[in-house]
Amino acid sequence: MKQLLQRLTETFGPSGHEDAIRDLIRKEVRGLADEIRTDALGNLVVRKRPSGERHPKDGPRKIMLAAHMDEIGLAVTHVDNKGFVHFTSVGWVYPPNLPGSRVRFMNGTAGVIGLEPTDHASDVPPLDRMFIDVGATSSRDCPVKTGDVAGFERPFLDLGKRVAAKSMDDRIGCAVAIEALRKLGRTPNDIYFVFTTQEEVGTRGAQTSAYGIDPDLGFSIDVTGWGDTPGMRNFEIALGKGPAIKIRDAGMLSDPRIVKWMERTAKKNRIAYQREVLTDGTTDARAMQLVRAGVPVGCVSIPCRYVHTASEMVDMGDVENAVKLVVALLRAPVNLG
Amino acid sequence: MPISRRGGAGPSLTLLRRLCSAVAVAGDEGQVRKIVLDELEPAATDVKVDALGNVLITRKGKGGRRLKVMVDAHMDEVGFMLVADSGDGLYEFATVGNLDARGIAGKPVVVGRKHTPGVVGAKAIHLMSADDLKRPIAMEALRIDLGPGGKAEVGDRGTFAPNFRRAGPSVMSKSLDDRLGVSILIELLKHAPANVDLLAAFTVQEEIGLRGAKVAASYFKPDLAIVVDATAAHDLPMQRDAENHFYNSKLGLGPAIYVSNGTAIDDPRLVRFLIETAARARIPCQVRQPGGGGTDAGAIQRALDGVPVVSVSVPHRYPHTAMSIARLEDWHNTYALLSTALRRITPDILRGRT
Repeated sequence: MKQLLQRLTETFGPSGHEDAIRDLIRKEVRGLADEIRTDALGNLVVRKRPSGERHPKDGPRKIMLAAHMDEIGLAVTHVDNKGFVHFTSVGWVYPPNLPGSRVRFMNGTAGVIGLEPTDHASDVPPLDRMFIDVGATSSRDCPVKTGDVAGFERPFLDLGKRVAAKSMDDRIGCAVAIEALRKLGRTPNDIYFVFTTQEEVGTRGAQTSAYGIDPDLGFSIDVTGWGDTPGMRNFEIALGKGPAIKIRDAGMLSDPRIVKWMERTAKKNRIAYQREVLTDGTTDARAMQLVRAGVPVGCVSIPCRYVHTASEMVDMGDVENAVKLVVALLRAPVNLG
Repeated sequence: MPISRRGGAGPSLTLLRRLCSAVAVAGDEGQVRKIVLDELEPAATDVKVDALGNVLITRKGKGGRRLKVMVDAHMDEVGFMLVADSGDGLYEFATVGNLDARGIAGKPVVVGRKHTPGVVGAKAIHLMSADDLKRPIAMEALRIDLGPGGKAEVGDRGTFAPNFRRAGPSVMSKSLDDRLGVSILIELLKHAPANVDLLAAFTVQEEIGLRGAKVAASYFKPDLAIVVDATAAHDLPMQRDAENHFYNSKLGLGPAIYVSNGTAIDDPRLVRFLIETAARARIPCQVRQPGGGGTDAGAIQRALDGVPVVSVSVPHRYPHTAMSIARLEDWHNTYALLSTALRRITPDILRGRT
């Protein structure tokens, strides 16, 4: 699974420009599903039909899983007279994470982020006082132009039990979804694995794909924050203690029945898990919840350190347990009690 | 291989003057709706005015497999609404839409269906202290003064007094945002091409949250949408050899094609298609700086199960003020680009992804 994760995280895909990552995921899921299609906003919708064992009450449950393909990035606003590339953010980009970062544009151009000086050496300027240096010396010899999009560039780092990469948010969710699909086998449920677009700019792909699918229930697979490094407070999620079952975040309240279903399933299958309350950030579940007449939703989170940096870190034990949990959730009839 | 511009000469200045002289603050777009219907209803057979007041006109093409192409322009403008009667023809007011309140004091305005004339009043400069002068005037300190005879009611809408004029290569007027777009859409309908089903949405309430567009997209269920709006040009000369990094768009460089704004990331296939069309038809165009602002594309993209969108705007200086400026050539080139582009649309345009 580390090799899959490396392929996924090292692929280009800022919000709105997910073609390359979608192509890769499409190859990974070929042969594993009954239907694979791309919708109007570029979401990759991968359907696994029920295998004939009918749910005792209502027939197959239509379940939507969402893992987002897009990553945060930068968009060129202006190339100045000396060839320096000025930019704005795609998704939420935190200025202190940028100095010295390397980026790669869709056309292959690479660059380094530089800063205008500030009054105090330790201050970080805002994004509009940073620039990308691609080695050009004028606007004429600069290989990028206004509107071009770049992602952060950092090779995958294997630390053994733990791994770090850019775009772990949410290629780890995509990896868990792909592996769960691979291991699933027969299911009484009608399952839509949706690899969504434009989550980082407002959960947009999840909203429209959920409208099209009209699921009975859904959950997202995304990263959550971390509370187990020096100085962190008020957040209990730790690496190595299992995937997190989300109770709430800043954008949605999980349906309590979904939370119970996830906990019951984890306990029954002896899968370690944590309970998550996140005050800052949200996932595709928020968008799924409010389409049409509403959908019961939750989220299986992968604890992740250093979120929205180029070195997001997860624990492979948590990842494998997340796969086990998702498979267990999907393999049996759903009883929300 | 070059291609020729198609679709006739473009919208007339007379039409633009009529549109800009109408008062249609978000929520009460009747005066512009009437002009749109007067211009189009005689020839169009499929005209609907929906529950919110959007004008939705379908012009089916002929033959072959045709895409349903929604083209959108918003009829409403920013303005204000009277909220309390202070007596003697003076009224407290609130802004409607993101009106630039820094520049409103002293401007001539018109209020209500009858365009009752007035002015936005503030404490006279002679009476301001040095401290007062440092701050923008608070909205609560402003009043609309219609004079003792002026008749209006709480709830009436108003905006800057119509002031359209041509000045050489430019037009100057209130509400160029988005009467420029409305005039272009009217003309596109009059010369609708046969290769697509053209779904024209003249929308309401864009300025207060893209509300008409959301509803219009649900009605049309298009295969793709093009939004025609007006975008800011902050392209004034800089001081002391500084370079302008934040112009958004520039006058004189042609239609501004969006890659993204605050509400939507434009579909890269449609962006490429427009830029390529402009290059081959030798129509000048520019790429608007990414981010910020908003257009109806934000609502259309997210309607139902999603719609690929792109926005194209005429650049204009001093948006949301009493008088904006645009170049006639940019306006005509925006029309030419859209008219030529519509004629090149085939179902293949959406095939660029696996």
